[in-house]
Amino acid sequence: MKRETTRTDVFTRRALMIGGVQLAAMGVLAAKLYQVQVVEGERYATLAESNRISARLIAPPRGRLLDRTGTVIGGNRLNWRALLVAEQTEDASVTLDNLSRIVPIADHERARIEREVRRHRRFIPIMVREFLTWEDMARIEVNAPDLPGILVDVGTTRQYPFGPALAHVVGYVAPPAEADMADDPMMALPGIRVGRAGMEKVHDRVLRGRAGAVQLEVNAVGRVIRELDRQEGTQGQDVTLTIDNELQKSVQARLGDESASTVVLDARNGEVMAMVTNPSFDPSVFNSGVSQAQWVAWTSNRRAPLINKAAAGLYAPGSTYKMVVAMAGLEAKVISPGETISCPGYLDFGDRRFHCWSKYGHGGMDMRAALKNSCDVYFYEVARRVGIDRLAAMSNRFGLGVKLDFELPGTRTGLVPTRAWRAGQGKAWNIGDTIVSGIGQGYLQLTPVSLATMAARIATGRAVQPHLTRAINNVVQPGSKAEDWPNMGLQERGLQIARQGMWAVVNEGGGTAPLARLSIPGVQMAGKTGSVQVRNVTREQRERGFKSENLPWEFRPHALFVAYAPYDSPRYALAVVVEHGNAGAQAAAPLARDIMTDVLNRDPAGRRETQRVADKGS
Amino acid sequence: MAVTDRRLIRETNFGLTGKLFRISWIYTLLLCALASVGYVALYSAAGGSPEPYAARHILRFAFGLGLMLCIAMVDIRFIARLAWPTYALGVALLVLVLRMGHVGKGAQRWIELGGTQWQPSEFMKIALVLALASWFHRASWERMGNPLFLIPPAIATLVPVALILKEPNLGTAVITAVVGGAVFLAAGMRWWKVILIVAAIGGGLPMAYNHLHDYQRARIDTFMNPESDPLGAGYNIIQSKIALGSGGMWGKGFLQGTQGKLNFLPEKQTDFIFTMLAEEFGLVGSLAVMGLLCLIVIGGTIIALRCRHQFGRLVAVGITTNFFMYAFVNIAMVMGAIPVGGVPLPLVSHGGSAMIMVMIGMGLLMSVHVHRDAEFGDGRDEI
Repeated sequence: MKRETTRTDVFTRRALMIGGVQLAAMGVLAAKLYQVQVVEGERYATLAESNRISARLIAPPRGRLLDRTGTVIGGNRLNWRALLVAEQTEDASVTLDNLSRIVPIADHERARIEREVRRHRRFIPIMVREFLTWEDMARIEVNAPDLPGILVDVGTTRQYPFGPALAHVVGYVAPPAEADMADDPMMALPGIRVGRAGMEKVHDRVLRGRAGAVQLEVNAVGRVIRELDRQEGTQGQDVTLTIDNELQKSVQARLGDESASTVVLDARNGEVMAMVTNPSFDPSVFNSGVSQAQWVAWTSNRRAPLINKAAAGLYAPGSTYKMVVAMAGLEAKVISPGETISCPGYLDFGDRRFHCWSKYGHGGMDMRAALKNSCDVYFYEVARRVGIDRLAAMSNRFGLGVKLDFELPGTRTGLVPTRAWRAGQGKAWNIGDTIVSGIGQGYLQLTPVSLATMAARIATGRAVQPHLTRAINNVVQPGSKAEDWPNMGLQERGLQIARQGMWAVVNEGGGTAPLARLSIPGVQMAGKTGSVQVRNVTREQRERGFKSENLPWEFRPHALFVAYAPYDSPRYALAVVVEHGNAGAQAAAPLARDIMTDVLNRDPAGRRETQRVADKGS
Repeated sequence: MAVTDRRLIRETNFGLTGKLFRISWIYTLLLCALASVGYVALYSAAGGSPEPYAARHILRFAFGLGLMLCIAMVDIRFIARLAWPTYALGVALLVLVLRMGHVGKGAQRWIELGGTQWQPSEFMKIALVLALASWFHRASWERMGNPLFLIPPAIATLVPVALILKEPNLGTAVITAVVGGAVFLAAGMRWWKVILIVAAIGGGLPMAYNHLHDYQRARIDTFMNPESDPLGAGYNIIQSKIALGSGGMWGKGFLQGTQGKLNFLPEKQTDFIFTMLAEEFGLVGSLAVMGLLCLIVIGGTIIALRCRHQFGRLVAVGITTNFFMYAFVNIAMVMGAIPVGGVPLPLVSHGGSAMIMVMIGMGLLMSVHVHRDAEFGDGRDEI
């Protein structure tokens, strides 16, 4: 009896104890659960959110580039692409085999696709072919049953409707480089393009817009379950250029096969109406990738299609520089317009003889006549009197040898030498170099765009800067009105002499550029020729009756012409450089006449009221 | 002695009606409630659908419930006679599974039978409880003091534990040992021996660690520092904790659990079903489920206390402890409180054989209750 009671009591105690321990253990778990679910709940809630939500960027369409009339010169076009979704096909390589019978797939592309298939999760689409033609796409769609896993979708790609005509101005887009990735997360998106050259690069930020974002609910392996939230990005803004596309095309046609460049400015505000470089290239090629052969062809071409000669080509200005020399002389009061300098055909200085282009000399020349006849001896003498530093200072005021506020990447400043510059090279300045600077030779190196700027400043007396941006998102930018540009503060008299001289070059009997005379009634053009040797002419050659047109092409002189029109109320200024064109008067002047005729007929600035700077030349 | 004292009345009418009358219907209701929780959880785990888990779960439970009631009708004395043959069968099955069982996740655990995979270790735990209860049934308090008397049941416990360890299935082996230990304790094993054994196990743990399989060691290592390998072994625990924690006080709402729905939660229909519930119903919901589990444990303990024969009492303690261990290990595991092992939440997790085994255990428990007053040889209480 007793032993049984003991056993029962022990059991009761121990069963209660076991039950109690079990409840206590559950209590501990409950406490721990409280800790995890309530005390640390917030932290885990955040973790759960970040688990399930994946933010993805959506690229907004890139803004368009428009010419001043609103024509699209850099736009987007639909890009048909074939994508492969590995999970929708039993055997990706069979699908690819079938596809390659419809659209060829290169071996290295095939290898890339297979590599990406292995690397990505099976539901992620992989790019197989871009830029499908409509026919290719139709054939893929028709053969869809044999192509499981292939889907065709449409993206956008950059399109340049006018191709080479605007290549150097518009530039091009290309896939971003590693360095671009850091500052904008949008750059990591597949298929994104950034501006790499020209105005595409200048206004890349504006054109690019801001990426939108979608918040997607994803599961543990990253498959998208649904879209939670969508914030549309800001579409890239349109940028309107100052270029007139029609004019640009006609100028390019005028330049023909020449290795040449032309800049046409609105003389009153510096807007670039046309900027043509010949030969050019097709900018859309960069979008899809440049082949090795194409690259070699471009870089080995001595006419350098990839270089924007209008902004990056450097040429000695030659005689086109003489107006600046004249005005420097007047400003420095070392000569008056009426003072005559006698030209015997050469100027002896020290033991050197500096030749005039006219073997027999021009006789006595005042400033206007010296410009009209482009008398070298006159300007040798003026330059000698002015000195190189004052000459450089005047050049800079005309936009020569200084950095212009010109947007285009790769624009070069050029060089107007000074004593300090020469000293920087460790050499002393030589007066002989001042003398040859008087006719725009020697160390002088200038770009066509700066020469056009010079012509515009001579024509209007305002310190206009060449520029290509007219409006962003249809908001016209500062600089489109003449009043936006300050007066140069030069003596009106000096400008008048320069203008008269340029008028006489073209319109007066005996001027150096009669071929530049316009045939538009009542409208006259003022201009100045320039021909610059690219190699020295020796005395023997000169005495044997040297003819530069007999030289091989690459040794012939460059032909230059700067001009503005109409003479009495200037609206447009231009500079034409024909590489190895031999003589400005023959090669460049007629081109300038034809281009200016086109410009005036078209009148892209469309401006009625104009600033009157001179009476009609007579 | 007054006959009005209910304890003194032996109800020995073991006709079928009488037996049905003595079934604890409240306890049965608790089990149904838990199975319903399982239905809700599995409905959610399938993304808001009775297929493929919830419907089958409830069918299996209905079958299990019938099985339980049938077993409850079986005379406990008959069951006691079958204790050792059952034990022998359990050991034989364990040996069999080691020889030819299915290999899953690096372990041989299952025997395929009737299209279902059965874990003999689940069966073994019940068989062990019966065998130990049968052994201690006749043991007086004095006899329990004799160490030699404890050696045969100790061997009977260690053999299956060793076999289960060899599968290897660390979790179930530990649970088996604890269940056996609970029966020893309830039977009246002296405290100093209990302390000695606990100390010996504590001292032997580091040695045991060295004999563990790599994946078991990885589990323990991950448990110590889950963030050390967030996408590997620690992934389950981290995602489970995120799910629990993000549930907060009130939960994300039925079918709104993101961790579960989006598959961040692994094995959410089996091992991590509690996490799913806790995510969707918050602390309130998870405490309610734990409360239900506690009620079932309390109910089992009450059945043990009300039984008048030692065999029944020990069986009740063993079965209850087995149920508790399932629940405790599972919940502790999803909280990252103990190393992860494939232990389901009883009557909630998806899985046929585990459910049937739990219900067989409950049937035995109910048989103890039904036959609580049975005259039972030497084991009966002499009051």
